[in-house]
Amino acid sequence: MTTPTVTARGAAPAAGVPAAARPRSRRPLAQWGFVAPAVLFMLLFFGYPLVRNVVMSFQHYTPKTFFTGEAPLNGFDNWSAVFRDALFGKALWHTLVFTAGSLLGQFCAGLALAVFFTRRFPLNGVLRSLILLPWLVPMVVSGIVWRRILDQDTGVLNSFLDAVGLDGHTPWLTSPHMALLSVILVNIWIGIPFNMVILYGGLQEVPRELYEAAALDGATAWRTFRSVTLPTLRPVITVVLVLGFMSTVKILDLILALTDGGPADATQTLGTLTYQNSFVRLDFGAGAVVGNVLILISAVFAVFYLRANRTEGK
Amino acid sequence: MAAENVKPRASRRRWGSTVAGVLVLAVMLFPLYWMLDTALQPEAGLLEVGPVPHRLDLSGFSKALDDQGGHLLTSLLVSLGAVVICLAIAAPAAYGLARFRLRGTRAIVFGTLITQMVPGIVIANALYTSYVDLGLVNSYFGLMLADASLGIPFSIVLMRSFMQSIPGEVIEAAEMDGAGRLRTFLRVVLPMSRNSLITSGLFAFLFSWSDFMFALTLNTTDDVKPVTLGIYQYIGAHVGDWGSVMAASVLSAVPAAILLVLAQKYIAAGITGGSVK
Repeated sequence: MTTPTVTARGAAPAAGVPAAARPRSRRPLAQWGFVAPAVLFMLLFFGYPLVRNVVMSFQHYTPKTFFTGEAPLNGFDNWSAVFRDALFGKALWHTLVFTAGSLLGQFCAGLALAVFFTRRFPLNGVLRSLILLPWLVPMVVSGIVWRRILDQDTGVLNSFLDAVGLDGHTPWLTSPHMALLSVILVNIWIGIPFNMVILYGGLQEVPRELYEAAALDGATAWRTFRSVTLPTLRPVITVVLVLGFMSTVKILDLILALTDGGPADATQTLGTLTYQNSFVRLDFGAGAVVGNVLILISAVFAVFYLRANRTEGK
Repeated sequence: MAAENVKPRASRRRWGSTVAGVLVLAVMLFPLYWMLDTALQPEAGLLEVGPVPHRLDLSGFSKALDDQGGHLLTSLLVSLGAVVICLAIAAPAAYGLARFRLRGTRAIVFGTLITQMVPGIVIANALYTSYVDLGLVNSYFGLMLADASLGIPFSIVLMRSFMQSIPGEVIEAAEMDGAGRLRTFLRVVLPMSRNSLITSGLFAFLFSWSDFMFALTLNTTDDVKPVTLGIYQYIGAHVGDWGSVMAASVLSAVPAAILLVLAQKYIAAGITGGSVK
């Protein structure tokens, strides 16, 4: 396959290009023509929203704003209103629990499956690709399917639990104590295929000689996994966890489909709170405040990620 | 593996792994099976659904097609539009960033990576107000543009790393023959990059097809309603009618299933390749 593999990350391809291969930059303007549309697009669809959200968080938006076009500056009013609301703290906490729980579950299950699939057995390739299906179905659709499965009275999960003699009346999505856990479990299900595929790709890159050397030294399977597999896999693990974090912390589709943030705000996260502030209550200023907090959390993580990358590259 | 080396015991152990793999797959795919099973039992309504449909009842599907057929078409149209926009913007940029040693290349590549951390709802928040001003709310083009943003950074990264592997001599030979930059790109580079182009296009399609958030936030009327939004609103209005809700869900999952079967190697390549840098 000609596509890059995971370990290619960090290599600096430009450095290896011989001088003769460099195109003469006679007409840099024509060259910019290739890149400019993409730069413009990214500035409009990623750069501008970042700036605009900061500005909006200091503006007073009301449902009337979209008729009058007036959104006067109101200082830190939005910020103090959001921070004073108990719901914000709750949403922040739910977001952290949701992200940590999802990542832990997805990663462990994904790694276990990736290791499992490194064995040689018939139909390995077919099974490995079919397992991707949950990840390819639109997330909001998965959410709706699970909503049916987890239904307290007629859902198949409770019927199954009943049949094997366990508590078949668990209010998975309707109890404020259970809902967040249920949402996490569904998200783990969605994320396992992605984790598995990337980690499997990483495992393929571990040099065979290392395993052979470990076998010669008489290392046990667990010992080999811990001292050979895991260290070699570390860059890939970083990638999986960071990408997982970025996509999990901002989750919206799944929660809206499963619980709409309820019951009693038990599954309200920063993503759903942004949505509800802006698009349900039409208070775009308050929505922007929560959105900015979300960006800040992502940015802190991105910095850690880049740091880790840089030290590994050296 | 040479046939004489396979001892009966080893062979049995390998089939044992297959059985374990099938069990894992069964657990992972059960929700999707259940979606299909429920869709085929529309008469069950709010009651419990049997584990196997006892007869082939397609009335749920015909109702779903009546209610959601238009939304499926909308999804298809918007997704195809998003793919075209995405490739038209990303492919030249990937080439430019791979080949021309422009000032700022590093910054732009870094920028593509950073876009991954901008939450979609934040983009929607700011985009909505601008879309209102520009008259792009409730328009096909507006949604195509927004959905294209889901695929562009990914496609740039994926195609760029492929195009870096095209030998410089090939491109120089084309330019020596008098082909201009644009012609070289269209006639030499693009055909050589076919695989990465297909992978990018597939993912741009899947991202756009799965999009729910832009559909939800950038539309205020029923004019432009993709199937993801259609199903979401369906459960609000048809809580008792799970058969047709699930039938609509099955229909919305069909492109993913088809692509997984037909273009499996591109999908696998995309997941590992695009997530890398």
